[in-house]
This record gives sequence, C-alpha cells and structure tokens, in this order.
Amino acid sequence: MSHETYYVPAQSRWPILASIALFLLAYGAGTLINGLKTETGNIGLVLVLSGTLMMALILFGWFRHIINESMEGKFSPQADLSFRWGMSWFIFSEIMFFIAFFGALFYVRTLAVPWLGGEGEKGVSNMLWEGFVAEWPLLTTPDMQQFPGAKAVIDPWHLPLINTAILISSSFTITLAHHALKAERRTAIVLWQGLTILLGITFLSLQVIEYAEAYQELGLTLHSGVYGATFFMLTGFHGLHVTMGTLMLIITWLRVLKGHFTPDNHFGFEAVAWYWHFVDVVWVGLFLFVYVF
Amino acid sequence: MMNTMTKVSHTEHHGPASGLGRWFFTTNHKDIGTLYLWFSFTMFLIGGCMALMIRAELFQPGLQLIQPEFFNQMTTMHGLIMVFGAVMPAFVGLANWMLPIMVGAPDMALPRMNNWSFWILPFAFAMMLSTFFMDGGAPNFGWTFYAPLSTTYAPPSVTYFIFAVHMMGISSIMGAINIIATILNMRAPGMTMMKLPLFVWTWLITAFLLIAVMPVLAGVVTMMLTDIHFGTSFFNAAGGGDPVLFQHVFWFFGHPEVYIMILPAFGIVSEIIPTFARKRLFGYSSMVYATSSIAFLSFIVWVHHMFTVGLPLMGELFFMYATMLIAVPTGVKVFNWVATMFRGSMTFETPMLFAIAFVVLFTIGGLSGLMLAIAPADFQYHDTYFVVAHFHYVLVPGAVFAIMAGVYYWLPKWTGHYYPETLGKVHFWCSFIGVNLTFFPMHFIGLAGMPRRVPDYALQFADFNMVASIGAFIFGFSQLIFLVVVIKTIRGGSPATAEVWDEPHGLEWTIPSPAPYHTFSTPPEVK
Repeated sequence: MSHETYYVPAQSRWPILASIALFLLAYGAGTLINGLKTETGNIGLVLVLSGTLMMALILFGWFRHIINESMEGKFSPQADLSFRWGMSWFIFSEIMFFIAFFGALFYVRTLAVPWLGGEGEKGVSNMLWEGFVAEWPLLTTPDMQQFPGAKAVIDPWHLPLINTAILISSSFTITLAHHALKAERRTAIVLWQGLTILLGITFLSLQVIEYAEAYQELGLTLHSGVYGATFFMLTGFHGLHVTMGTLMLIITWLRVLKGHFTPDNHFGFEAVAWYWHFVDVVWVGLFLFVYVF
Repeated sequence: MMNTMTKVSHTEHHGPASGLGRWFFTTNHKDIGTLYLWFSFTMFLIGGCMALMIRAELFQPGLQLIQPEFFNQMTTMHGLIMVFGAVMPAFVGLANWMLPIMVGAPDMALPRMNNWSFWILPFAFAMMLSTFFMDGGAPNFGWTFYAPLSTTYAPPSVTYFIFAVHMMGISSIMGAINIIATILNMRAPGMTMMKLPLFVWTWLITAFLLIAVMPVLAGVVTMMLTDIHFGTSFFNAAGGGDPVLFQHVFWFFGHPEVYIMILPAFGIVSEIIPTFARKRLFGYSSMVYATSSIAFLSFIVWVHHMFTVGLPLMGELFFMYATMLIAVPTGVKVFNWVATMFRGSMTFETPMLFAIAFVVLFTIGGLSGLMLAIAPADFQYHDTYFVVAHFHYVLVPGAVFAIMAGVYYWLPKWTGHYYPETLGKVHFWCSFIGVNLTFFPMHFIGLAGMPRRVPDYALQFADFNMVASIGAFIFGFSQLIFLVVVIKTIRGGSPATAEVWDEPHGLEWTIPSPAPYHTFSTPPEVK
C-alpha cells in the first residue's frame, strides 16, 4: 500500500463552522420545542432556520472541497479505504439507533403490555388499570382519556406491501446503476439511478398518504398509546433516512451527469448505494415486525 | 530495529500555524489531543467543584449550605460532566495523541472529522451548563435520568439536556469511527494486529462499544423528547408503555458505557507496568482476549443495574450469573499485571505509582461490584452509598488514576521535558490518601443503609460522612498540584531523551522528545 502518500489535509475552517451550525440547530430546537407549550418559540425558529441554512451551506462547501481534492487525485487507495471504514461504521451506528426502537417495540409487545393485562410473572401490574385487556395492536389503551387508542391500524397488504416492492426494487436498480458505472455505460447509469430516485420519491409519497390516512381516518397518531408511538417513531425515522438517502442519490446523480465518477474511483457513489441498501433492509424489518406481525 | 525517520512530508504545512487559528482549524492529531486533554481537565475541575459542594453539604447532617433542589442538580450535573465531559474526552485525547504514533501512522485517518469531533464538545457542554440559568434550574433527575423523573416531572431545561446529549453522541461516534479507521487502516508495514500495543487494542474495542451504544443513548433521549413534547407513551403505562423500558434502553447503553470508561485505562496500565517492571507484559494475547470478552459480556449484563425494579426470576438469575462471569476476564487482567511485576526490576516513578494504585484500588472496586452482582444481596445494597463507593472506586482510582498515570508517562514525550518528580509524587500521595478517605467510608455507611442522592442523613452516619468530606477536599485541591506540574513541565524542566524511560517498548519512544509536529510521514518498518 502507498503509505508515503497518505493525504493529511491542511488546516480547515469547515469543522468549527459546522460545530457552530450544530449548536445553533440544537439550541434553537430546544428553544423552539420548549416554546411550543408557552407559544414563545420564535427565537427558537430563527435559530433553527439559520442553523439549518448554515449547515446546508457548510455541507455543500465541505463536500465540494473534498470532491475537488478527490478529482485532483489526492486520495491514495489507503485514504479511500479510510472513507470505506468510516461509512461502514457510520451505517453500523445507524443500525444500532434503529435497534433501540425495535428493542422498545419488542419489549412492550412481549412483556410490558401483557403484564399490564395481568399475564405472566409481573401480571400484578394489572391492578393499576383493572379490566385492561392486553392485545396487539394495542387499540384500547389502559387510559383511553389520556391516550385515545386508534380505531384500526394500517393494513399491511395495501400501501405497505406496495412500498416494500418499491424499496426492494430500488435496491436492484441502484445495483444495476453501479454495474453500469463500472462498465462505463453512461446512459444506463443515468437511467437506472434516475429510476432509483423516482422509486424513493414514490415510496415517500405513499408514506405521506399512509400517514394522512392514519391521522385522519384511523385515529392512529403519536398520542394513541404505545402502538402509535412505536409505529410513528420507527416508520418516521425510517422515512427520514429515506429522505436523506434520496437527497444523497440526487446529489450523486448530478455528479454522474457532471462525469465525476470513473470505473475505479467512485466511492461517493458506493457510499450512497450502501446507505440505500441499509434503509431497504431496515424497511424489511419494519414491514415484518411493525406492519405484518 | 525500528526506522526512526521523521522526515516532514512534501506538503506546505511544516509546523503548527501561528495564533489562535491553530487551535480552531487544526487537523493535527497532537493539537486535537491537546485540546481534548485541556477540555477534559477543565470539565474535571467544574465537575469536581460540584462534588465538593455535595460533600460540603454532607459534612454534617441537616441542611446547611444548599437547598435539596439544588443538591439534586449538583449530583446530576456532577455525574454527567464527569462521565461525558471529563473521563471520556480524556481518553479520546490520549488516543489522539498516542494512537497514530503507536501504530506508525502520519495522523488520524480522517483529520478534519477529528477536529469536528472535538469542537462539538465545548458547545454541547456550554449548552448543558447554561441550564443552570434557566427557569426551573438544571436537570435534577440524576445522571441516569430515569423516567418519569426525567419526563413527567422534569424541569423545562430537560429539552436542552436532550439536545446536548445528541451533540455528545455525534462527537463520540465520529471520534470512535476515526479511531477504528486509524487502527485498521493506518498501521505501519509489519505492525500486525497481535503486535499492537495494548493501549491501541483496548481503544479499538472501546471504539467499537462507542459506535454500538451511543446511538442507543440517542434513541432513549429521543423517546424522552417525544414523550415530553409530542404525546408518545414509551415510558407511560397509561398508554401501554413502561417506565422500566427507559431503564432497559438506558442501561443497554449504560453498561457498555462504563467499560468505555475503563478499557482504555486497562490499556494505559498495561503500557506502564512493563516499562517500570522492566519486563515484557505477561500474557499479551490473553490480555487481548480478556478485553474482547469483557466487551462482549458488557452487552448482556445491563439488567444488574435494575435488580430491584421488579423482574421475572429468570431475568434476575440470568443477569446475575452473566455479571459474575465478567470477574473471570477481569481477573485474568489483574493476574497478568501482577505477574508482569513479579520479579521485575521495579522502580516507582509517578506513572508507576498511579498504575500500581490503579491495580489495587480498581480491584477493590471490582470486588464490591461482585458483591453487587449477587441479586439477593443487591436488594439490600441498591441505591445506597455502597453503590456510590463501588463506582467511584472503579472510576476515580480506576479511570482517573489511569488517565493521570498516562499523562505523567507520556508528558515528557509531549513536552520534551521531564516533569518534576517530587511534585508528581506529592500529587500522587495526596490523591491516593484523599481518594481512599473519601470513598472507603462510603462502603460502611452504604452497608448500614444510607441512601444515595439525599442531602440530609441520619445521625449515625455523621462521622463517616465527615471523614469522606475531608477526603474529598484533600483529593480536590491536590489536583491543583497536578495543574502546576503540567504547566511547569510545559514551560521547562530537564530535557527528556527520545526514550524517556529505561528501555521502554513501542514506536512512541523511537521519535524525539518533544514529538515533532508531524511524525511518520514515511512509515517506520516494524520487525
């Protein structure tokens, strides 16, 4: 390996600027959310918006800087491997984030709700709400006043099934785009990756329709007890990741159009493809354990 | 023989930039290590002042100095600052300084991200500390922030606390990714995995733990956020959730977290003891396997923090036995350290004194941990000062002593000067006496039933509390000696040789002291 040429960048202004942007975002989000109850969150909103704008500009500038360095050939194969390790472990950390929410789902389903219903070793907790019957999906919560349960839950065999098909196909289309990239078939890359983006956007649109149905027709909301909580937090964070992934796909697609990638130097593309496969795998878990079973 | 070439590479930046910009914009692992270490020491003093306020209030029974509400804020913020602001950044600082040198790399794998990992922290802690000036005061629910104390009954500042935790998590995850990429990808030719110094090995495993559990912490604070503000019921049984769920998710993060704070300490001690015993480390490979086993076990023992919360019997039994298993790899480590010292030509410079104190006092903390692992006995000890004694023994004369040992050990390499040995020894003995005076009596008052996190106590605990408070002030003020030692060593002192110590092993001793701004631009050959 070419150890001699490992590129150690000179001083950089991006990280400290990014820290300031992150601080504005975090402090602003805190102020905004605390202001929701007292209706005094305006400063928070200003901070969040300026933090978001600043972060967007920084990410644009920082990535442009790195792309330029990459095109100048500053990154040795060893540096490329550092990026690969970095992205892999980042995706691992994302998986662990979802595991926290899946863990919460499994815990309430198999232990907490049955105990509240009087089953099992800790069934004594049923005395808190006598007459509460454990069921899953949890439509009748212990305290229907505070947490009014949903009338029904989303039927997995309509929109969610379509969405599963869409997301799984998009994993294939992005792989076809990758093969086309390695074979230098430009039109094929542009088409396959464009199709992947369209599938991503379709998925997100269907999720929006599903959420609207849940809120307006089924009464399934964040407030409707722990079923609604786990449902919306898991699918919501997944949707957020699909949004991120779609944005990343669009940006790499524009880079494909500009001819940034070569058959043996296209880590930016691969990183996005890995991320896309990750959101796909998480969706399969969601489809099975949130919608079907 | 190792190649000691330290030629600076072809790039335009030969030395550090001038002015303050050097520290804000740096991509140099040594600069960033220094920033981490000073940040950590600052937080150590701030968190220490909070500890002294707690001990001042507990000097005598009754309420003297502060109100119970403020006392709760003190215990909470003391814990959070020491864990996330002092101990973790100190280890990351040592990792930044030493890992690239120890593996023969020119710098960390991702130098700009390295800078970002650090500079998030001052902002996160500024936000955390600003909660003291908010309506309702700072977080007051304990560093473990159990729901519903941290949700239904929390002060409004909890929202800022949640976002501060998110920022720390981002910082830790990026720092850990950088460390793993450096170790896996930046090793000099010939530096195989089983030749890595133990500090590198322990950090590799620690970084893995960080990436695995910091996102879980982010998850649990996010659930808190939505429970408080957006109507979810994760931790509210009225909606079918469970407050105990909070404890499960928190401790699934929390137990690996305590090993995040001790595994690098194991690594440091495993570097220091061989140097001053003038022997190779006994059982190198068993140390690697023991560290890995501890890391694995850390994921399947979290419920031992919650024995009294009301669990099925099988749960209590499983987590009790799994916890006890940890004593086996830990015992292997202690055995190896003692066996390294056995028949060694020992000398007792300050790093060695701290390292030996670590072995002895950490073992005391480990043994009280074994007592706490016994579920039926834990019903008695739970939430008493016995627990406080236990985790302070593993964290203060454990983690903190190891950090100090590491600083004394590598300070001549960093600054090019030997530290004043006598002053170092004074610092050690004051700390050693202070720490034991503070925390040893807590075992007794804990066994006698004094609850933790309470500003007042029954009269029979008065004597031991007074002793503990005196010890705390001795320990606290002796850290100013440490500050003096470090500043004096930076400013001058007898020049250190490249080897610094008597034939130590490792690449860091093949480069000049002070270490040049850029090391190993051409990788050394490790035979």
